[in-house]
Amino acid sequence: MKKMGEMLSSSNSGSEIMMGNTAIVRAMLEAGVRVVTSYPGSPTPEIAAAIASIPAERNPMYFEFSVNEKVATEVAFGASINGHLSCVFFKSVGINVAADTFVQLSLMELIGGMVIVLGDDPGASSSQNEQDNRHYAHLSYTPILEPSTPSEAYSMFLEASRLSQEMRMPVIVRLSTHVCHAKEKVEFKELVFQVQDNRPKFSLENGPYIPITAEALKMKRRALKKLEEFRKTTEKSCLNSVIEGSDKSRGVITAGAPFLSLQDVLSLSDKRPDILKLGIVHPLSEKEVVDFLSSHEEVKVLEELDNVIEKEVKAIAYDHKLNTRITGKQDIEDWIGEYTPDKVREVLSRIWPDVVSPPGVETEPIELAPRPAQMCPGCGHRSAFYAIKKVLHASDISVADIGCHTLGYLEPYRVGQVLLCMGHSSGTASGLSLFNDTRRVVAFLGDSTFFHAGLPGIVNAIFNKHNFTLIVMENGTTAMTGHQNHPAVGRNFREVTQKIPVRKVLEGLGVDNIREVDAYNQSKLKQYVEEALAEDGLKVIIAKHPCMLKFTRELRRSGRSLPNPVRVGNKCNRKYICVSDFACPSYQLSDDGSVWVQNDLCIGDRSCVQTCPSDAIASEDR
Amino acid sequence: MRLLPKIDKGCERMEKFDIYITGVGGQGIGLLSEALLRAIDHSEQRGIGADTHGLAQRGGMVSSHLRIGHGAYSVLIMKHSADMVIALERHEALRGMGNYLKKGGTLIYYDTVWQPLEVRLGRAEEIKNEDIEREADKRDVKVVKVLVENLKDSRMQNVVLMSKIAHEGLIPGVTVKHFELALSDLMEGDLLRNNLELFGELSKQG
Repeated sequence: MKKMGEMLSSSNSGSEIMMGNTAIVRAMLEAGVRVVTSYPGSPTPEIAAAIASIPAERNPMYFEFSVNEKVATEVAFGASINGHLSCVFFKSVGINVAADTFVQLSLMELIGGMVIVLGDDPGASSSQNEQDNRHYAHLSYTPILEPSTPSEAYSMFLEASRLSQEMRMPVIVRLSTHVCHAKEKVEFKELVFQVQDNRPKFSLENGPYIPITAEALKMKRRALKKLEEFRKTTEKSCLNSVIEGSDKSRGVITAGAPFLSLQDVLSLSDKRPDILKLGIVHPLSEKEVVDFLSSHEEVKVLEELDNVIEKEVKAIAYDHKLNTRITGKQDIEDWIGEYTPDKVREVLSRIWPDVVSPPGVETEPIELAPRPAQMCPGCGHRSAFYAIKKVLHASDISVADIGCHTLGYLEPYRVGQVLLCMGHSSGTASGLSLFNDTRRVVAFLGDSTFFHAGLPGIVNAIFNKHNFTLIVMENGTTAMTGHQNHPAVGRNFREVTQKIPVRKVLEGLGVDNIREVDAYNQSKLKQYVEEALAEDGLKVIIAKHPCMLKFTRELRRSGRSLPNPVRVGNKCNRKYICVSDFACPSYQLSDDGSVWVQNDLCIGDRSCVQTCPSDAIASEDR
Repeated sequence: MRLLPKIDKGCERMEKFDIYITGVGGQGIGLLSEALLRAIDHSEQRGIGADTHGLAQRGGMVSSHLRIGHGAYSVLIMKHSADMVIALERHEALRGMGNYLKKGGTLIYYDTVWQPLEVRLGRAEEIKNEDIEREADKRDVKVVKVLVENLKDSRMQNVVLMSKIAHEGLIPGVTVKHFELALSDLMEGDLLRNNLELFGELSKQG
C-alpha cells in the first residue's frame, strides 16, 4: 500500500497521482512552511487530511483548525511576523469571515512570508454563493497566482512562498473546486528538511505594525509600492504562457481551470486562436498583455465569474492606444456558473461560431427524478426536524443556518426558510421578532457554527432582549466537511484538549432558559419546543445526537458490526409515514404499494420506530 | 513567459477515452475512481480525473470524471461524449447515460436500487432494467449489467464492478494486472486480501 503521508514527506524527488489539495501540501513541506491554519470548508479540507497523513516525526509543520477563518488568519499572521513562513487556507466564503484581518495583511511587513490558499467555488457546488475572490485581492493590494492543474498548484505554491518571503508580503494562491479536486500525476522535487530556527523574531524595526492615523497611509504607500515591485519582478514570469494556434488574427486571454476547458473546446476546431494563459492574475503583466493585444486583431477575455481581467485589459488597451477589438462578457449567463468545457463551448460559440459550433442537440433528454443531497440514515437532524415540524404552525418563521441541518429546508421537512451565512441565524431571528406578536420565530444553529460565528448573535439577543427560540443541533462534530473536531469535542487536530461544552458557554453568557434533549427523543423534543415557543425572551433548546455517519464509520473501523437493520412487519397498514414524512432514505416503495427497507442503507438506529402509527417497524433477524 | 505545446486535435494525436462514473453518496465511488485512475497509470497511459462532490453526507447524486490520453485537458468531460459510463445504481445509470454517454458508448452498472425521494414519495416511477435497455437501444449503447446475489458486504459492489471492467477489458490497454496493482496501492492486510479474492472469484464466474 502506498501511504500518502510517507510519499508527501519523502526526501526523494518523484511523481505520484494526487489531487491539487494534496500537491499543495508537498509544496508546503518543500517551501519550509512552519505554521498552517484553517477552518474546514469545501473544496479545501483535503489539505488538512493530507497534513494529517504525514508521520509526526517527519512533519515540521504546526497545523490547527482554528474556530473560524478570521482567527486562523490571525494565527498565521502572528507566526509570520515572528519569522515563520505560514499558510492559511479556507473556502471561498471563508474570506468574508477573515476579511477584517485579511485586508490589513498587505500593510504589514510579513518577515516570515505568508501564503493564503483560497478554494473558490465557481458553480457554488458546496457554498452559498459563487463569489469571485479576485476582488479581495484588488481591494487589499495582494497578488494572486492561479493554477489550472495540481502540478501547477504545486509549483505555484512554491513560487508564491518564495515571492512572499522575499518581498515580505502576503500572496494568494487561488484554487477553484476542480483544481482542488483534480487528480493527475504530479512530479515533485527533492525535499530538504531545513534546520528549524525557532527564535521569535518579532521586532518593531520591521514595523510600524500599528496602522493608526498617518501610519496607516504610510503603510498603504508601502503596500502599493510592493505591489508595483511584484508586477515588475514577475513581468516576464514563466507562470504566464502563450500557446500558439492556427488563426493568428485572434487571441484568447484566460487563466485557471477555464484554460483547460478552452483547450478541450479548441481541440474540436481547425481554427484555433492563440492563447495567453495568465498564471499571475493580479497584478497583471502589462507588458505581456500589450504584446498579446498588439499582435492580434481581436482578443476574447475568457474568465470565469466576474469581468476582473476584462476591465484591466481594456484599461491597458486604452492607455496604450491599441485598437484591438476586445470582447469580454457578452451576456448575464457569461457571469454565472463554472466554466466547464460545455460552458466554454457555449460562451465561445456565441462570439466565434466559425471557431466552434454550439453544443449540439442530442438524443431526446431522459426525464428522471432528481437526487439532491439529503440527511443520512439515522441522522439526529431528521429525527429533530420530523418532531419540530409537528409543533410549528404554518405562520411560524424558521431560520436556517449553515451545516448538514440546512438540508431540513428540503422536502418533506421544510423547516428552515431563510439562510445567509455561518452563524447568521440568531441575528436574523432577532430582526424577524421585532414588531412581531403574531408569528413565532425559531432559529437553528449547528455546534461547530456556534463557536465559529454563532456567539455574537446570541450575546446580542441577551443584551438586547430579543424574543425567539434557538435550537442548537449538536452532533458533536463538523460533519458536512468531513468530521473535523470543534471546541466542544475535547480533541483538537493534534491532541486531547479541554472541552468547551455548548451548554456551559450558554449558561456563562447568561442564557437562563435552556432545555437539552436527545434528538431521537421526539416526544420530549416536541414538548420542549411547544413550551419554549409559549415563553418570552431567548429560549435555547439543545437537540443532541452524535453524527451517525461518523459513529458508524468508527464502529466499523473498530471491527464491530452495526445493529441489525429494521424491517417492515405485517402490521403495516400503508400510512407511509416512514417513507413520506419521516423520509429516511432506507425506506423504499414497491410497485405493489408495500414498503421495504434497503439493507445497504439502514444502520439499525431505530429512530424511525416511534414514527410508525401501526407499530409495524421491527428489527431484522440475521 | 513560456511557450506551451500547441493544441492538437485529440483524435490526430491519440485515442482519447473518457469515463464518467456515477452513483449515490455513500456507495464508494471515491475508491472506485481512485483505483481506476491508478490502474490507468499502471498501464502507462496518462490519466486525469476528479470527483465532483464536495460534501460528506450520503444520499445525493455523486459523480467522478476520468480521462485517458494526451488529448484530455480539463478533468471534466463534455456532455454526451463519454466513451463509457460506470454506475453504481440503476437510476443513476440511466441519468449518467442520458447526460454523458456518447452514441455507441458502453454503460456498465451495478443493478441495485436506492430510490430517489420522488420515487419514495410515489411521484415518480422507479427505473427498471427494461427502461435502461430501451434508452440504450435508441443510443446504440452496449449495456453490461452486473449483480452478485448474496454479496456479503454491499460496500464491495464497487469492487465487483471493477472486476467486471477488468476481466472484460472494457478500458483499452488496462488489464487485470493493472487493477490488482491499483488495489495494492490503496489497501493492505485483510481488506486487500478480501478484495483481491473477490476480484479473482468473479472472473471465474465470467
